[in-house]
Amino acid sequence: MNRTIDDQHPSINPTSKQPAALVTQPDNDIARSAPELQLTGHAGDLHGVALSGQWTTLGLARRVSGLKAELARHSADPDVWWDLSRLENLDQTGALLLWRAWGRVLPKNLGIPARLCAYFTRLSGKPAQARERREAGRRILRAVEHLGRGLIDVLAQLCEVVRLIGHLLLDLADLVQRPVSWPVREISAGVFRAGAQAMGILALVGFLIGVVLSYLSGDQLRRFGADVYVVNLLGIGCVREIGPLLAAILVAGRSGSSITAQLGVMRLNQEIDALTTIGIAYTQRLILPKVLALALSQPLVGLWTSGAALAGGMVAAHLSLGVGYTYFLDAIPGVVPIANYWIGLGKGVLFGAIIALVACHFGLRIKPNTESLGAGTTRSVVAAISCVLVADAVFAVLFSHVGI
Amino acid sequence: MDSPAETVIRLTGITTRFGAHVVHREVDLSVLRGEVLCIVGGSGSGKTTLLREMLGLDAPDAGKIEVLGVTLSELSAKELVELRRHSGVLFQQGALFSALTVAENVELPLRELHTFDDDLIHELALLRIEMVGLSRDDGSKMPAELSGGMIKRAALARALALEPRIVFLDEPTAGLDPESSEGFVQLIRELHQELKLSVVMVTHDLDTLAALSNRIAVIADQRVIVVAPIRDVIQVAHPFIQSYFLGGRGRRALSGLGDAAPVTIE
Repeated sequence: MNRTIDDQHPSINPTSKQPAALVTQPDNDIARSAPELQLTGHAGDLHGVALSGQWTTLGLARRVSGLKAELARHSADPDVWWDLSRLENLDQTGALLLWRAWGRVLPKNLGIPARLCAYFTRLSGKPAQARERREAGRRILRAVEHLGRGLIDVLAQLCEVVRLIGHLLLDLADLVQRPVSWPVREISAGVFRAGAQAMGILALVGFLIGVVLSYLSGDQLRRFGADVYVVNLLGIGCVREIGPLLAAILVAGRSGSSITAQLGVMRLNQEIDALTTIGIAYTQRLILPKVLALALSQPLVGLWTSGAALAGGMVAAHLSLGVGYTYFLDAIPGVVPIANYWIGLGKGVLFGAIIALVACHFGLRIKPNTESLGAGTTRSVVAAISCVLVADAVFAVLFSHVGI
Repeated sequence: MDSPAETVIRLTGITTRFGAHVVHREVDLSVLRGEVLCIVGGSGSGKTTLLREMLGLDAPDAGKIEVLGVTLSELSAKELVELRRHSGVLFQQGALFSALTVAENVELPLRELHTFDDDLIHELALLRIEMVGLSRDDGSKMPAELSGGMIKRAALARALALEPRIVFLDEPTAGLDPESSEGFVQLIRELHQELKLSVVMVTHDLDTLAALSNRIAVIADQRVIVVAPIRDVIQVAHPFIQSYFLGGRGRRALSGLGDAAPVTIE
């Protein structure tokens, strides 16, 4: 039997009449009166000030500035009789407002109903609580301190990265001994997400950069009548430099940020702790596959981007310099020594590993709040791109000495 | 006694569907001024959905919701903001803004009024923080540094920042250990009396239910099957009520009610 007891209560009667007019203000707000302050005439030396209406947070919110000025004026006068008996309602906000106006003591002449006394007894004995303001200390000293802290932080982070790399090497050694537990699925998923799914955008960006480079260099080369050398320039530039670098920057923004966010949230949800308690090393199951996947996919997408850039360059060279497609394609193998491909691929491996390591490192540092998640992700991408560029510069210097 | 002022929230003919799945069918429910109304029901019975509809976060597919005499569906966005200042919400996980300190969390609703000055707001926030049983020092902590019980208290302080007339509590004691749960129930009871609040609460916890509620609304079979004080509710012969209140767990929680609790269920 599903009899509702509701039926017996007249108060819960859905058929009760609604007012015809559209009501958009909460009830009682119209009926209730705004907080007010009135002079009520003189009694001997004293003149009376009566408070009336709703001295509540929401009531006061509408006209607090005017009331504050009036309160301050009356409080300055010692001969005031404060009459609180006409108050419709008082809450903590109203009480605090009065308390502050009175200078944190009850006034000598106060008419207050007993029910309101509790508010003021609670407030008495509380120290004035102004917001702590930061002292304006010596600025230079603070700048030095800031710099020092920053440096120490960077060093500490470097140590952490080294420790992470060590962990990963140990994990790798462990995996070599137990080939069954290779995280093959994770690696393949990583290659798919960071590599295969990025191919569209990489092709587009690579193609456009190729077009831009071809136009710019073609313009300069034409002045020397060296039009055909556009193939050399583009070939070596794209395969060795532009392709791997462009791919690394895009993947750092695309996959690096997502790795950081993913690890960060997993840390916040204690998923990493859960993995550890189950007996799975999180470095082995979460970080190593990502590093390996990026190290694997990055040279491939680098090569893919180089190809797209060359295609873009070829089209632009044809349009602006009249270099034929067949000539371009025939010339490429001759003018780009095979070593450049190896350098491009090697860079890809290194860049991929750097991106994954940096992303994981920042992901593991995320603190349990939303701001840290956002800031950590940003920092991860910026750091990854910077590290990639530094590595690229080191590559360039090294190989120029070797003479390749 | 059916004057509008006595009813702070009135739901009439609420129907809610999620796709083909009907959650509520023609639900009627009223919350009276100054009472603690508890909404109970099985998992997935739409308790939280009903709460979200009262808050205007979700709209029902049919029916009318009046809060403080105002029909929610007729309000403009600005009027809804005005109305929401009269109610405070304690979300299940606290939903404190993790990037702000506890004090800043409590200050936020006050700041949004754009009328009080910073010092007053800060002092008010500290008063509210003390009111819920935290210390002044806790005000400068980040939410991540708080324990579960403290998060609930801080969230309650934020819900009460504007001294609203209606407070919605979504599972106020979920995830708390029995002692903090007890303390939090005690706190809600004190604040309810002191601030003359009307409270709408969704809870699974029978102890909380028995300790706090004036009336209980039971949702089952897509309807509110009964709204009554706990002593009357347990006498309704509905399978859900029988298993929920009068299972082993329920009996232990209700044993405090004395001889009013029926003991004969065959």
